[in-house]
Formats: sequence, structure tokens, C-alpha cells
Amino acid sequence: MKVTLTVNGRAADLDVDDPDMPLLYALRDGLALRGPRFGCGLAQCGACTVHVDGKAVRSCVYPLRSVGKGKVTTLEGLGTSAHPHPLQQAFIDEQAVQCGYCINGMIMQAKALLDSTPHPTEGEIKDALARNLCRCGTHLRIVRAVKRAARVA
Amino acid sequence: MANARLSRRDFLKTSGSLVVAFSFGPLLETAGRAAMADGAALKAVSLDQVDSFLSIGVDGTVTCYSGKVDLGTGVRTALTQIVADELTVALDKVRLIEGDTLLTPDQGPTYGSLAIQVGGMQIRQAAATARAALMSEAAKRWQVAPGELTTADGAVRTKSGARRISFGELVGGKEFSLSLDTGAPLLDPAQYRFVGRSISRLDIPGKVSGEFTYMQDFRVPGMLHARVVRPLAIGAQLASVDESSVSGIPGLVKVVRDGNFLAVVARTEWGAIRAAQQLKASWSDWSGLPDESRLWEHVRATRIVKNDITSNVGRTEQALPRAAKRLSATYDFAIHTHGSIGPSCAVAEFRDGKLTSWSASQATHNLRKQLASMLSLPEDQVRAIYVEGAGCYGRNGHEDAAADAALLARAVGQPVRVQWMRADEHGWDPKGPPTLIDLEAGLDTAGRVVAWHSQFYVPAGAAGTVPLVTAQLASLPHETGMSPGNIINDTALPYAFPNVLTVAHRLADTPLRPSWIRTPGRMQNTFANEAFLDELAIAAKTDPFEFRVRYLDDPRGIELLKRLQAFAKWQGRTSSKHSGGDTVTGRGVAYVKYELYRTYVGAVATVEVNRTTGAIRVKHFAVVQDCGQIINPDGVKNQIEGNVLQTVSRTLKEQVTFDRSRVTSVDWASYPILTFPEIPDVDIALIDRPTEKPWGAGEPSAAVVPAAISNAVCDAVGVRLRSVPFLPQKVLAALKSV
Ligand code: FES
Ligand code: FES
Repeated sequence: MKVTLTVNGRAADLDVDDPDMPLLYALRDGLALRGPRFGCGLAQCGACTVHVDGKAVRSCVYPLRSVGKGKVTTLEGLGTSAHPHPLQQAFIDEQAVQCGYCINGMIMQAKALLDSTPHPTEGEIKDALARNLCRCGTHLRIVRAVKRAARVA
Repeated sequence: MANARLSRRDFLKTSGSLVVAFSFGPLLETAGRAAMADGAALKAVSLDQVDSFLSIGVDGTVTCYSGKVDLGTGVRTALTQIVADELTVALDKVRLIEGDTLLTPDQGPTYGSLAIQVGGMQIRQAAATARAALMSEAAKRWQVAPGELTTADGAVRTKSGARRISFGELVGGKEFSLSLDTGAPLLDPAQYRFVGRSISRLDIPGKVSGEFTYMQDFRVPGMLHARVVRPLAIGAQLASVDESSVSGIPGLVKVVRDGNFLAVVARTEWGAIRAAQQLKASWSDWSGLPDESRLWEHVRATRIVKNDITSNVGRTEQALPRAAKRLSATYDFAIHTHGSIGPSCAVAEFRDGKLTSWSASQATHNLRKQLASMLSLPEDQVRAIYVEGAGCYGRNGHEDAAADAALLARAVGQPVRVQWMRADEHGWDPKGPPTLIDLEAGLDTAGRVVAWHSQFYVPAGAAGTVPLVTAQLASLPHETGMSPGNIINDTALPYAFPNVLTVAHRLADTPLRPSWIRTPGRMQNTFANEAFLDELAIAAKTDPFEFRVRYLDDPRGIELLKRLQAFAKWQGRTSSKHSGGDTVTGRGVAYVKYELYRTYVGAVATVEVNRTTGAIRVKHFAVVQDCGQIINPDGVKNQIEGNVLQTVSRTLKEQVTFDRSRVTSVDWASYPILTFPEIPDVDIALIDRPTEKPWGAGEPSAAVVPAAISNAVCDAVGVRLRSVPFLPQKVLAALKSV
């Protein structure tokens, strides 16, 4: 079956054989996007986070059929290394990456927070990211990056 | 050009155009395949040749071939700084190729905090040799004495500045054909422009924008997707497979069965996942694991194959019984997993009987040997290429995934990508083995330590290569011994007691396939040593800083502890000041001289213990580290922060659980790790010694974390935690027992 997804402002046609396939695989395998990452497939880590109509969702368990006409935004939709989004720039400025595998989720979850709460407290940032896991222990820098982004916004 | 063999010259000419972070540019691919096809070496890779490490393109681009790889630690940036400085070129003139068995020298696996200390220094020496050669080449050309020349900005020039020739013009595209000169003079560190500075990491812009290619993103044309179907019990035999159970899955290519190895291959990733979920297979029963609730009895009862005496000073056995006061305690550290956020992944391709393997292995040269042996191929018919994955912190599942992919690529005759699922990683990666430690010490009437005796119960074996689970399941050739890492490091002490006997009892077996996790052995051993030392300091009624310094005869160690004492604003033990109330604060210190010859780290932990719930909150860590010459201070701080947070997680929360048949902690719910609301603040002071050797920074600071927490908890509530993880129920039980 054919599915049309709107990703990062562009419509893309995909051939899929299972409408229950999680969005993650459509984005990674169908559209060759590398922002959303596979971490657990269980909605436990946040590595796969994307936005659907501005809401952060875990694409590893988000069925394609639920996307409908929703607008999907991935990390790539925020900015590029040449023209980073202020949040991406804040992660660069704070060097808030070790391996970086979790960072997609951190940025996309933080983006959702800042969209609704432009000037969060440190506690609010930590609570918003409480379900996003990082194994490298980059947490302190991630919190600093989100604070910095809130400051410059 | 696709099928023609590139000459070495062509290769070197073009290698300057490679992109950083891509060790698999299309040109190299073609060149590599062609070279493998006719069995010729593409370039030098031996450790004693400059060409093995460096080439200079006609445009002056320097390509550095590193056997050590960036595991997400920033090593790529640090190595680039080292090369750029020693060759006096701009940072953006340096390209790095990592961990490709066809192109990079075998500098040993990327483990043990050795990437800079060993790998970086080999590369620095190659660069120094190259720089001297460039100057003598120019001297010859200009008929001047080499002493009149110098280099700067990628060119040789006369000291007067009258003549100048760029490296590219001088040797671009040519080989050095030069032995690495271990005596080639290094630049005076005062002349370094990049080393010692917090150069921004080269990979971060790509990583925050989705442009970076992780192993998990890597694709080759015509590639299929596979998932492995794991046995229901570790040692179960595959009785039967009902292939009709997956016949309806669109795009299914094949169900592959080889002994107890079972996998599905499909055209799409989702197809492979569904097929793996749906495939009906029956397995025999197996329940060969010990009873988890009696793990430590099991460890103690395991046959000892040898005793490693790691230090023996004086006559401990005589001195101990004569001590005025004797203390003894048993410590243990649970089985832990690596816990990479991205599960292992690999791609393999067979062409003309030759295997190319892409994986995030920290040891591609060893992996090549293992894959060759598993598939009965000559080693030179296997090329293993590193592509960075999620942080790996030790020997996790990457090599096994590479073996899965290789076996499957051969079985289906097409390139195959294997992505481990979360349960594969948690359930089947090799584990940090359980560590059991008995300690005994004696004090004299003045509170001085007269004797120390420790016994560590840990599996036999060293670093080596961990058997591939694929080969085990498929009954293909594989190693039979255990390789838990050099886990007896830091069993001996940095302290000068008159009588010391430290023994590692090496066990014939351990419940789960062991490997090295981050800071292997050093973390567990330092936990026991530094916490028991705190017990002695308390018994001697001595401040723990003073107690440590008293027994150190190492000026750098003493300086470090003094710095830490000031940096942490240490005011002695605090317990008496915080008695009463539900939540009690305490502080504790721990110290390590890593492997007793390198990086010094000391840390002070501040914790809060809730007497009612037993919950520990680690509030703060103050860390001072001396790792000699610092290449990138922010990079080192990033590693220390990471070590502290990861090890706080290990200390408070983590343990692999299992029943008699299998690992039962197979996701992040059953193996929880530290979350944002639980993180401590971390303050770091670095002691930079620009004229000293650089030592490792990736591991050492993890070693001090568990003991610092145990010591802080004891300071807070007066009970000693000797069993990692410090779960609330253990804290409550300890509180109740006093
Ligand atoms: S991959 Fe989706 S939450 Fe972990
Ligand atoms: S930076 Fe590696 S998991 Fe977060």
C-alpha cells in the first residue's frame, strides 16, 4: 500500500506492507533519515523521538497509521550543521555530546518543552527529559545546553 | 576504475579527499576490494613504518590512519590535534581513518584508556619522523643544513623565512618509505597550538543535525535486513523450526538455521523484526545458571584454577594475628552490562569469497581474526572496518553482531545488516563478571595499619578475545577460554603498608559470558580497597585524607589529594553534625592511581540518605585528576563527567538479573539506569602537566566513584555498604542491623 507522509515540510510517498509498522522504520529505512534513532523499540529510551504536529512522540512504537495527515518533524527538520537551529547550536556550544546516540531524543524532547515553556527551570528541564536515557553521562551538558537555548531564544 | 586495481600512488594521491568520519569512502571501497582480490597490500600497515600512519596528499592534506578508534569519546578530535601540532599543519588539513584492517595499523583494541597514551603517541612519533624527513628532503633540495630549516603551516621554510616549500609540493602523493624513528625529536610542548586547548569536537555539528553516519545508519546497495532469534535458554538446543509460521511475512527472504543459531532475513527491516517475533521454534530445556539469590555462595564455591599474587610485602600472615585491632569485611559487585543506548549493529558482504565487515567493533584487527577463524577463511580474505556506533564502554555485542552478519551474508549470498534488538543487547552481550572480595587488616594501638590482606574471586583470563556467541550457537570454531579483561589491575594498593598480601583467586567459570566493561576490575577492586580503607580510617579515628596521605610516598598522589581536599572544601567527617532527621547528608573520599602507574584521580562524593526509604541521592561529586599532558581539557572533563554519572548509575541501581535459564534484565525497565532527576552536579579540577606523557582519561575516574559513595553513606548514617548496587532495601537492612 501507498502512504503519503509529510516530513519536514515535504510530502513523501512510501510503499509499505504493514500500516502498523512503527513510524521510525518509515523514516529511517524508507526516507533514509538519520536523526531518529533505534535505541530500544520499547518507548523506554527516547532515542527515536520525532514530532507529530509539534508533539514529541516515540516513533519506535508510533504506528504509521496513526500519523495520518500529521506533520512529522525530525532532527533534520530543525537545522543543518551549516545552519543549526538555536537548540542544535546550544548543544554545539556546550559540547553536549559524547557518543551522541541519545542526542536526537534530547533535542527533540527539549524542543517540545521549550515550545510550551520557553523559560523552564532546571527542575523542569530534568523532569521533561526524565524518560530520555543517556548512557555516556552527558546529562549535565545536555541540561546546560537546554538552558542556553532558552536564554538565547 | 571500478574494477581496476588502484596503484598505491593513485590511492595516496586521492586519499586526501576523504571525508572525516567516513572510513568507507567509495574510492577506498573500490581500492580495498581490488587489493583484497589480488592479495596485495594497499599500503603499509606495520607499526614500524611512517606510511602506516600518515600520508600527505598533493594538496597538502594529511591523512592519518589510526588503529585506535573514536568510541564517542572525542578521540578523533584529540588525535587530529596531536597530528596537526606535530606536523605543524592546520587542524582542517588533517583527515582521520580509523580501525580499517586494510588501511590502519593494528595498534591494539581501543580499550583500557590507551587511545591517546599508546595510540596517540605512536602517531605523534610517526608525525615527528615525517616532519624530520620533510626537513631533510627540503635541505637536500636547497643544499642547506637541516638545522637551518623549520616547519610551519604545512610547509618547510628556512629559519630566515627566505625560502618556503609546502609539504604537498615536497612529498605530496609519494610514500615516505621510512621506518618510524622512536628517537625523532618532538616539538617543545610550548610550541603546540592545539594540544592543551579545548578544541571543539569535530563530530558534534554532524551529530546534532542527523548528518553523522553511525553504524546503525550504514547501508550498502542490495543489502538485506536480518534479526537473530535467540534461544529461550542460554544453552538450549534448537529442536525444530516451523517456517510456515512466517510464510505470510512480506519480503521474507530466508530463515537461516545453523546449529542453534537461528535468524530471519528479509528485504525490509520491519519484515525482519516481524518474522523474528512470529517465527515458531522449539528449544530444549536448559537450566545451567546458578540460583541468582545464592550468587555469592556460587562464586565462592567455584573451582580456583590459579592464584595471582598481585603484591606481597613483608610477612602479612604473621603480622595480622599480632595486630592490636583486626578488621575484616567482604565486598561484592554485581554482574553489570555495558548498556549502550544503541544496540549492536553490523553489515557484512561477501564478494568472490571475500568478506567485508562493517561494525562498531573496538578491535577490528582482532575481529578479523575471529571472523576468519569462524568461517574458516584465510585472514587476508577478511576486511573489518570500523564505523562508529553508540558509546560502547567495553566489549559489548558489536563483534557478535558482526559475526551474525557475516554468517548470514554467506548464507544468503547478499549483503546483510544485522541490528540487535534491545533484548539481544541486554540479554546476550558479554557481561562484567561478578566480583567478590574478602579483606582483612590490622591496626596497631596507635591506629597505624600494620597489615593488609585481600582476596579477590574473579574469573580466569585476561583481555584477549571474547568468544563470538554466533560461533558458539552455530558450533563453528571459536575460543573456549574466558576473556574478562585485565581485571586484576588495582587489586594491589598505592599505599605503603609494612605488610601487604593481595591475591586474586582466578575462577574456572562465571555464570554469564564475561568481558570487560568500562574500567574493568579497576572499578570493582578500587571499590573494595578504598571503602575498606575508609573503614580502617574510621577505626583509627583519623581523617580519611590524612589517613591516605600518611601511607603515600608518591608526590603526585599527595599533591592530588591536597588539591582535592581544598577543591572540595573538605572539613572532615560530617556525620555527627547531621544526626537526627529523615534525610542525612554525608561526604566521602576515594583515590586511585590507575593500575598503580598512571592517571591519578581523587573524588569527594556528597550524598543524602533517606533513613525511612533507604534511598540514596548523590548530590555532588568533586573530582581532581592528573593524567599528565592534557590533549583537550574539555574532552577530558566530558569523560570525567561521563564516568561519574555512569558509575553513580552502576553503584546505585544496576545489576543483571537472571533465572536458571537466561538473563531476565532485558530492557531498561528491568535494568534501570540513572535518569535526569537523579544526576549529581560534578565539579572538576584538572592538573595539567604539559611536559609529561599523556595518560588515559577514558576510564580512571570511574574507579573512585563506588567507594566515594559508600564512604559518604557511612559518613551520613554510620552504616557500611559493601554490596553494589546500593539498593534501598540493602540500605534499610544495613540501618536495621545497627
Ligand atoms: S527507541 Fe524509541 S524509545 Fe527507545
Ligand atoms: S551521548 Fe552517548 S548515550 Fe548520550
